[in-house]
Amino acid sequence: MKVSVQAADFDAGAEIRALSRDPKAGAVASFVGVVREVAMTLEHYPGMTERALHKIVEDARARWQVLDCTVIHRVGTLEPTDQIVLVAVASGHRGDAFAACEFIMDYLKTQAPFWKKEAAGWVEAKASDDKAAGRWK
Amino acid sequence: MKVKVLFFASLREQLGSSAEEIELPSGVGTVAALRSHLIARGGAWQSALAEGKLVRMAVNQDMAPPSAAIEAGDEVAFFPPVTGG
Repeated sequence: MKVSVQAADFDAGAEIRALSRDPKAGAVASFVGVVREVAMTLEHYPGMTERALHKIVEDARARWQVLDCTVIHRVGTLEPTDQIVLVAVASGHRGDAFAACEFIMDYLKTQAPFWKKEAAGWVEAKASDDKAAGRWK
Repeated sequence: MKVKVLFFASLREQLGSSAEEIELPSGVGTVAALRSHLIARGGAWQSALAEGKLVRMAVNQDMAPPSAAIEAGDEVAFFPPVTGG
């Protein structure tokens, strides 16, 4: 299980290939979040953010078969089309891989301390994100 | 008792503070009581942390409800709802 909060970009292909090396892995599901339209700066809470991401991954492992998992989230200033986040999950079969990947993203959006600021100001949290996370209860 | 208090994102900007050590008077033993203690400073503190403002709190880097107890040496953080991903 790999969790990283970093300023540097990531190679999603290399991360996915790394998860495919387990001979028991029959599926790797992944999600890449990308900056849409306007530049932003991402702030986080060093220590707690990593801790929250690890907890979300552990919650996913308790619910689905997760052989391995990688979560990378960038911080700092990002431009349109830049990658922000990668969640990739390896499992024996696609059902668990898809579900765990979506669960981790939904919880990351509502539980992990990151904040986006655009030129127009701080981005407001969306009720639709709380609703998305709520459906896993 | 002394605690470390952290502020992030819009709260950090509104309060002009990212971290401070605070000596709490006796009787301030929960996150909610600490919030009230800070609101009592008035000015930006009152407007940024007022009841009704969406403020999330964490104790020792775990999300915490207003009723969560705080103890000497704890790290307590206040921040707006998160917007990562």
